[in-house]
Amino acid sequence: MTELILFFLFGAFALVGALSVVFAKNAVRSAMGLILTLLSLAVLYVVHLAHFVAAVQVIVYAGAVMTLFLFVIMLIGVDRAEDLTEHLPGQRLFVFILSIVTFGVVLAVFIGGNWSWVTGIPKPGKAPIGTAEEIGAGLFGGWVLPFEATSLLLIVAAVGAIALAYFPARKRERP
Amino acid sequence: MIVTAGWYMTLAAALFVIGALGILVRRNAVVMFMCIELMLNAVNLTFIAAGRELRDLTGQLAVFFVLVVAAAEVVVGLAIIVAVFRNRQTASVDDLHELRG
Repeated sequence: MTELILFFLFGAFALVGALSVVFAKNAVRSAMGLILTLLSLAVLYVVHLAHFVAAVQVIVYAGAVMTLFLFVIMLIGVDRAEDLTEHLPGQRLFVFILSIVTFGVVLAVFIGGNWSWVTGIPKPGKAPIGTAEEIGAGLFGGWVLPFEATSLLLIVAAVGAIALAYFPARKRERP
Repeated sequence: MIVTAGWYMTLAAALFVIGALGILVRRNAVVMFMCIELMLNAVNLTFIAAGRELRDLTGQLAVFFVLVVAAAEVVVGLAIIVAVFRNRQTASVDDLHELRG
């Protein structure tokens, strides 16, 4: 019963935030909607006993990443009116139909209820609790090679960002 | 009423579709980036729901790697957007159709 209430409350919050990301005119409001979605998803992660992932979601995503987004929005300027005229013919209609069809298929599967959502055989026992110990044991156990690969990825990303910001803008000649 | 994994999968599908719609509709590069983050988070929710359904911690570990890749992607992508803005004074993707220096 608690999970039902939490699912509907924070699922609705997540959907409202997602819709405001897409349809808000102001980019700062889009960012605020995304923060609402991220925090609601963190609550749903706690419902799934993924405590550590929920904490990382709040700290890294809703904290660091969204701060970075807001910095860039402020740097670029928020009052810049977005050109919403469509240059591709029929794209709006195509997008609308595609969204309806994609979500309709998932909804049909959900209402039909004849398919299982996951494949594979569940392990016996209860659902795992994602504490820091469990996550750490998993990361440094069987997943240590992908973990090291992500460290390489992070270094490459940091070097790339510094390189992009370091080299001054060249004066380009208009054709 | 019991909330099964299917409920969360449907919510995640709705979030994913909204994110894809935003990418196809919006023209501001930063907002399109936020829509990518939305789609990644929808996938994260399916990972965690499946992890609980299968009683396996691997779902949560996969979310970790998605988080790391998303953070790296945000750093590089926003640096590219800022670099483009310094060159062209615009963040609208419609003005970047030439792909020339």
